[in-house]
Amino acid sequence: MDRPKIEVRGLWYWAGGTEILKGVDAGMPGGEITAVVGPSGAGKSTLLRAINRLIEPSSGEVYLDGEPTGSLDPLELRRRVGMVFQIPALFGASVEEALLYGAHLSRKDADPGRLLEMVGLDISLAARDPQALSVGQQQRVSIARTLALEPEALLLDEPTSALDEAARLRIEELVRDLNVRLGLTMVFVSHDLAQVERVADRVVVLAKGKSMGSWDRADFFSGAGERARRFIAGRL
Amino acid sequence: MEGLQTVGSALLTLGLVAVAVVLSLYERLGLEKDIGVAVVRSFVQLAAIGYVIDFIFGLDNLGLVTLLLAGMVLFAAWTSARRAEEVPQAFLVAAVAVGVAAVATLGVLLTLGIVPPTARYLIPLGGMVIGNSMNAASLTMTRIRDDVAEQRPKVEAALALGATSRQAVSPILRTALQSALIPLIDATKTTGIIFLPGAMVGMIIAGADPLEAVRLQIVVLYMLLGSVSIAAILVGTLSYRSFFTPRHQLRTTPPEH
Repeated sequence: MDRPKIEVRGLWYWAGGTEILKGVDAGMPGGEITAVVGPSGAGKSTLLRAINRLIEPSSGEVYLDGEPTGSLDPLELRRRVGMVFQIPALFGASVEEALLYGAHLSRKDADPGRLLEMVGLDISLAARDPQALSVGQQQRVSIARTLALEPEALLLDEPTSALDEAARLRIEELVRDLNVRLGLTMVFVSHDLAQVERVADRVVVLAKGKSMGSWDRADFFSGAGERARRFIAGRL
Repeated sequence: MEGLQTVGSALLTLGLVAVAVVLSLYERLGLEKDIGVAVVRSFVQLAAIGYVIDFIFGLDNLGLVTLLLAGMVLFAAWTSARRAEEVPQAFLVAAVAVGVAAVATLGVLLTLGIVPPTARYLIPLGGMVIGNSMNAASLTMTRIRDDVAEQRPKVEAALALGATSRQAVSPILRTALQSALIPLIDATKTTGIIFLPGAMVGMIIAGADPLEAVRLQIVVLYMLLGSVSIAAILVGTLSYRSFFTPRHQLRTTPPEH
């Protein structure tokens, strides 16, 4: 396998006397969607936050294109590796403002019309109050504001958990579409195996802060990863 | 002035305190003990400061005045830090903020010759500046602490978009400063209509010319606006940092215990 776009090696993280990650190893190949799955409390969201350095690992390292992220400027790293959260926290009085928040901070030009189009929203929404949109639409705006920074990779922390079934499927479709169109490397945290099967190319399994292994989607659902899948299926 | 000349007659006003105690008992507010503590403490503290001020007036030594004001700043910082528990280094932050506010405003009053450099002016004015700055410091710190905890997802989302700690926390800072300043601004707006400030009331009762009392009161109000703003802004600028690491990360155990 080529060098992964994102590589996690021996990652430990403890906070307030609790060990949350206990030596996680994982690779996320460039241009693919890697799902991180595991029971709640497995450390999935923590792993994601360690990748863009929203938290500082206690030991171990995350590499981006082979470069240790600990030596990168954290603000620059976060522009290169965008993140979408469970709950879209949009800033500003209009959708346009919300879209351009990050771009303005880094003095980058961005076209709100194009961004809206990329996430399948109509340009007429640009002037609307973001709080007046449906949660599904807000989540699209939150993906679009991350794209405004032209990231190389995108971390998605259970981005559909606040959505209803229909909106969830549309966001999944959008994620796949962006992956194909932009060649974006994506890391997708989920606790829904059916969703993982629909969206992911690779699967990384975490349990109790440790990595249990990683598989191609096909292997995970029918081949060598079958045992790991059954193991976590009963615990999600 | 008859009737106010003995401690005994002042104690007669305790009858009014009894009303509060009876109300507390009758309505089961459970405040009797607090009222008792407040009555005793205010009596002891005021009597003590009365003697201290009397002593310092007698000496009229600027060094001693400064020392007393410095002691008041430290006590204010301690009080404010206790209110803002869980804010790392709250004492230091409050001491710097209240201290700078006091030095700056009293300094301006003295430099411009608005008040003479005597204990009679510096101690009561200093007390007002320090007390109000202390309240502003407590309000600002507790508000920032609560909002950072409550709005964690927003702060994280901003950081994830490449915002610095300062940029991510700026909406929280703004509301904290507003909540610290608005009460005083409103009090200043309505002064003379809704309430007569204590210093002015005191001067008038003591027999001063009402216009002279007003002149001093205006100085006091503007001085307080200045010092409270300075204290709140300093507290905001100094305390938000303790919630973040130097690498623009929210501290994971939200500063609690």
